Amino acid sequence: MSTPSLEIKELAFAYPDGNQALYGVNIKIEKGERVALLGPNGAGKTTLILHINGIHAAGHGQVYVGGVLVDVKNPETLRGIRSRVGIVFQDPDDQLFMPTVGEDVAFGPYNMGLRGAELDNAVDQALILVGMLEFKDRPPHHLSFGQRRRVAVATVLAMKPEILILDEPSSNLDPASRRELAEILNSLDITLLMVTHDLPYAVELCPRSLILAGGVITADGKTAELLKDEQILKQNRLELPKGFNLQG
Amino acid sequence: MVATPITYWISYLFFFALILGVILIAKLPLLTVFKRSLIEIPFILFAVLMPFFGTGKSSIFFGFTIYEEGLLAAAAIIAKGTIGVLGAIALSATSTAKDILQGLERLKLPAIMVNIATFSLRYINVVSDEMERMKVARIARGFQARGVRDWKILGSAAAALFIRSYERGERVHLAMLSRGFTGALPKISNDSPNRQDLLGAVALPSLALIFSLLDRMVI
Repeated sequence: MSTPSLEIKELAFAYPDGNQALYGVNIKIEKGERVALLGPNGAGKTTLILHINGIHAAGHGQVYVGGVLVDVKNPETLRGIRSRVGIVFQDPDDQLFMPTVGEDVAFGPYNMGLRGAELDNAVDQALILVGMLEFKDRPPHHLSFGQRRRVAVATVLAMKPEILILDEPSSNLDPASRRELAEILNSLDITLLMVTHDLPYAVELCPRSLILAGGVITADGKTAELLKDEQILKQNRLELPKGFNLQG
Repeated sequence: MVATPITYWISYLFFFALILGVILIAKLPLLTVFKRSLIEIPFILFAVLMPFFGTGKSSIFFGFTIYEEGLLAAAAIIAKGTIGVLGAIALSATSTAKDILQGLERLKLPAIMVNIATFSLRYINVVSDEMERMKVARIARGFQARGVRDWKILGSAAAALFIRSYERGERVHLAMLSRGFTGALPKISNDSPNRQDLLGAVALPSLALIFSLLDRMVI
């Protein structure tokens, strides 16, 4: 088997104020897998994500992306890691900070050293993938929330990451935007880790799910099977929407 | 223009004519120009008071003591202010904010200042929307600012807005780091100015300079 896209070994972390968020997390995600990371508020999901690209330094344990150790003390590998891990944050306004959509999508590849025609090409390709090419010269604040979220996805796709990480991709989207984003994500040939409370979205997009609760992984398995297990759901403060029916 | 003493008043008439010419050539709606120039009023009010306070030569005018020094200073503020405001209006009405930022970058304004301006431009809408939402949320719970007593509430709202913006700044920084930010933003500009652009750009300042020199030599 090829090198896993993501491997996390015994990761523990406490914030400087002493608040411990992670107590030994183990995760292995193979290339091309689509995995949902589920868990109640405050389970440490966002903290975990920020370890994957080296924004938080592991208190204990290791994170490997495509076989490379995430080493916060080594700025050279860190730059490589950040181009391999694409994180789409929850609020697109945090992610889109340049005056126009095109410039924002160019930000990542530019930092990786792309210039000129190569840079333009990377930007256009990424915008085509999310169906937003025609908005290239528009300022982000003129777009709808769903469009901004799609552009945010393009900003990390432009870096051709090894793994795409989405923090609550369906939050605040209207049903049509939610479905359009699912279609886009389904069409991408990429390893995907999706943090979400939207369990039907997890079923739709991710064959496999992990449940993070209290700073450890409490369950790991097929999404449909995990979500059918009422015991597991209850223990981890997870709930399917009322009336939602899991088939198969 | 700033360096021209107010006593060279012919120069000022010419400067004024120049800027009016620019506004007419750019076909800016005069009413809009007038409305936007009202921003100058507070400065004019201040300037109007100046002749009444001061020292040195004075004369009596309708029973008021008018000091010459103050009168000149007031005239200088009004003249320079008006021409400056008109210039700024002409610039902002004929160029997009992006063009202006590009220009500042090319004029070698320190990158950090260009970046601050770029970010302000991007986030001013986000912050004002946030402010508006907070205002609506206050009103929805029956708040109405009535007087000094309510300033405490408005003050804490302003503080909350500041903290939210500060935290947003931190999140934006995280998002930037995640995409490999190492300290330098990409240059905004792609296309360099052609000859016509350059000629157009130097036309106004050089005309003003030539006339102001002529004025000084003749008198």
